[in-house]
Amino acid sequence: MITTAQVQPTKSPDRSILRERGQREVFCGLTGIVWLHRKMQDAFFLVIGSRTCAHLLQSAAGVMIFAEPRFATAIIDDRDLAGLANADDEVERMVAEVVQRRPNLRLLFLVGSCPSEVIKLDLSRIAARLDSRMSPKVRVLNYSGSGIETTFTQGEDACLEALVGSLCAAPSDAHPNLLVVGALADVVEDQFRRYFNAMGIERVSFLPSRRLDDLPEVGPSTRYLLAQPFLAQTSAALERRGANRIDALFPLGAEGTTSWLMAAAQALHIPSHRARAVIEGPAARARAVVDRWRSDLEGKRVFFFPDSQLEVPLARFLTRELGVKPVEIGTPYLHRAHLAQELALIPDDSVISEGQDVERQLERCRRARPDITVCGLGLANPLEAEGLTTKWSIELLFTPIHGYEQAGDLAALFQRPLDRQSRLKV
Amino acid sequence: MKLSLWTYEGPPHVGAMRVATAMKGVHYVLHAPQGDTYADLLFTMIERRPERPPVTYTTFQARDLGSDTAELFKSSVRDAFERFRPDVMLVGASCTAELIQDDPGGLAATMDLPIPIVPLELPAYQKKENWGAAETLYQLVRRVVPTTSSSETERRAAREAGSPPRCNILGPTALGFRHRDDTLEVTQLLKLAGIDVNVVAPLGATAADLARLGNADFNVVLYPEVAGLTAQFLKRHFGQPAVSTVPIGLSAVRDFLREIGATVGADVSTVIDQCESRMSWYSRSVDSTYLTGKRVFIFGDATHAIAAARVARDELGFTVVGLGSYSREFAREMRNAAKEHGVEPLITDDYLEVERAIEKLQPELVLGTQMERHIAKRLSIPCAVISAPVHVQDFPARHSPQMGLEGASVLFDTWVHPLMMGLEEHLLGMFRDDFEFGDGAKPSHLAHGGGEKAIPQKSEPEQAPVSATGSRETAWSTEAEQELRKIPFFVRGKARRNTERFATSRDIAMITIETLYDAKAHYSR
Ligand code: SF4
Repeated sequence: MITTAQVQPTKSPDRSILRERGQREVFCGLTGIVWLHRKMQDAFFLVIGSRTCAHLLQSAAGVMIFAEPRFATAIIDDRDLAGLANADDEVERMVAEVVQRRPNLRLLFLVGSCPSEVIKLDLSRIAARLDSRMSPKVRVLNYSGSGIETTFTQGEDACLEALVGSLCAAPSDAHPNLLVVGALADVVEDQFRRYFNAMGIERVSFLPSRRLDDLPEVGPSTRYLLAQPFLAQTSAALERRGANRIDALFPLGAEGTTSWLMAAAQALHIPSHRARAVIEGPAARARAVVDRWRSDLEGKRVFFFPDSQLEVPLARFLTRELGVKPVEIGTPYLHRAHLAQELALIPDDSVISEGQDVERQLERCRRARPDITVCGLGLANPLEAEGLTTKWSIELLFTPIHGYEQAGDLAALFQRPLDRQSRLKV
Repeated sequence: MKLSLWTYEGPPHVGAMRVATAMKGVHYVLHAPQGDTYADLLFTMIERRPERPPVTYTTFQARDLGSDTAELFKSSVRDAFERFRPDVMLVGASCTAELIQDDPGGLAATMDLPIPIVPLELPAYQKKENWGAAETLYQLVRRVVPTTSSSETERRAAREAGSPPRCNILGPTALGFRHRDDTLEVTQLLKLAGIDVNVVAPLGATAADLARLGNADFNVVLYPEVAGLTAQFLKRHFGQPAVSTVPIGLSAVRDFLREIGATVGADVSTVIDQCESRMSWYSRSVDSTYLTGKRVFIFGDATHAIAAARVARDELGFTVVGLGSYSREFAREMRNAAKEHGVEPLITDDYLEVERAIEKLQPELVLGTQMERHIAKRLSIPCAVISAPVHVQDFPARHSPQMGLEGASVLFDTWVHPLMMGLEEHLLGMFRDDFEFGDGAKPSHLAHGGGEKAIPQKSEPEQAPVSATGSRETAWSTEAEQELRKIPFFVRGKARRNTERFATSRDIAMITIETLYDAKAHYSR
């Protein structure tokens, strides 16, 4: 028996949020390029930035890149700053180099950085000009991944927002159609597509698409589902195009996935018995797999440092399906509207913090001595050395975790550090 | 602007971090946006340091711009001082903060902190990581060494009569390529030569240690990229000579000892006679015959690349076919070294240019950085890493120096390891048709990748790599193409290139088996 969202809120809607403002220990939005450039196979990301930006990208990408990356940095130098070189010409020269090296590229993003923003380089104007010259062979869009504007996953939000602007308008008499928003692993995307099709939702598209030509149309007939919780700007852009958001839990864990799929079915007027028939088996399977990890994780205390904005849905999954107790759920930014259903399921005694003052948060974490600390790469080893068990939050972006078939893997990601700790005798 | 896929060096403030992180009691307040905190992971993940680098980032945001970024900087300095209580503080700006011109040094100076504050001016749009490390060490040393007395000799504390000569070891930093192990190894070597170590800096040093630098008779400059500038200053300030031979490889170890002998006026000949490394016998042993004349391409920071070229030629019997560096500051040294090896120096920080050079030269071994490892992997050329930029596997758990006597043996092992063993190479050449000797066959002692393509797909002709002549006008007949495939993969690229060049020079449109062997005869001596 599947219960969709007949979940009772456990707490008051006006829970207090700890707001912090101090040193942040979070990547900037450029980091999203590391997964987006793999997802969009005919796209290229050209960062207009500094050596720092180039170094960030290669350090974050690390050894994950085996093929030549579909991203590069146009490094600003002295001549650009002194006004000796015309910025427009320089960017065009870089673009020409990229296009020559990548003759098959169809979509080029000019990505702004802190330096390009501080010197007020107008990338939108340059992108528009290049686009009018090069399209339809190559579309040229721009967005900002700068650290003064975006944290980590907000880079994907900015990128998808730019993509939304480039979508064609759906005819006004179009049939209702479903749009799934947020980069998902290809395997997960295929699973979701199968579920939707089996329910009778044939018109399903994904943003971003793997190829430029598969980009969907958008309009008042579009009902969209956010697959990720960090897509505030993209969502606003879709609303401006007339699309309507389907509110649901995020598709993490069995419960979240069920809520998400059922909400889509309802929005597209699929009879609920038909939708249930499709998901009943997979949902039961997911619950059974997740249950296997429950004994290892039940009662464990988890502490989230702010990183990907996935923290709240993850905490909900850990609490509801594995009996984990969140001590603190840090998030760089809390989108209350998109997370309303999620927040309702977070226990009252879990602290939710927004923003960061890393030193003070470390003090809280040390005091709390959680069983698992979810944090970024800069903090993980130092905390391990202090005797805490950590889970790198970046892994949650680079691993397929959404949907039923991945629910067990998601639980395992949290169980593995504990398992390791219990095995080692060194 | 310059298009960059990968960079050999980070920005200069990362160099400053390498110095600050190496030391004790130093804290660095960096005016920078939040994304720049990625640099922490270089130290905590790649180097696996168990503590965070001693860096406070102001992480200003767009909404702070124009209003109170200066105030934010000052409060960060104040908080960092209160929390960490460092002996000395470095302050500076990253690329973005440089543009907003808050003047971190000036701001910090107004705060009356009871510790030395060292302002760092590291021009992010001109300079790079190694320069930043060198400048930081220099500014730190200048700030903390005593400057009261005027005479050079007075400033150096007199050594007690009869006590052994003393030196400083300068250059090892955090995130350095084997700096930890080199320091240990060189310290032992110096001990062998009867030299005491006064201070090692920056690795493990405190500000108080830097203040004692003058108590040494001379300086050992292990990494000129980082310590050259400081050594020059110390020479001016204290009259300390600098020993600049970098003891990588057996011959260089001996030269290093000779230079020290000359510097302190001691006879080191008996010490040099005692210098034994297993590598010298291994290299002379008959099994190593197959190393003779292996064509090697070398790229890295100037110090490691130049040293590697000498070891490759003199101590392993390789032929250096390419030599280069991304250290533009050392272009002159690199040009001299290249001349000595009879090759064109490749001085560039453009990864694509290095890739083109390797593709063109088709070496049998690449000694390079993690970048060249990528290139070599793509071209199926064996490769060993000899220089930064580094990755996590460049920080092995075991002691694995590049310098000193043990270092020489480590070089032998790590460079020879990726190659085919002597007889194995012959067998592979003779029995190309054995199905288990597929194109993907790797040296049998290297497990990884061996199974990738264990079964050769003989039917489809191998995709021609970029041909050397750049022209596709010469075609290969099917038979010649098949014959080519019988040549072991690690020399096949060269054979293909030579044959095509031969064919082009003789206007041969279709390469046959005959052409292949004509070319082979033509190019063999
Ligand atoms: S924070 Fe800004 S300067 Fe730093 S890497 Fe990100 S975009 Fe570049």
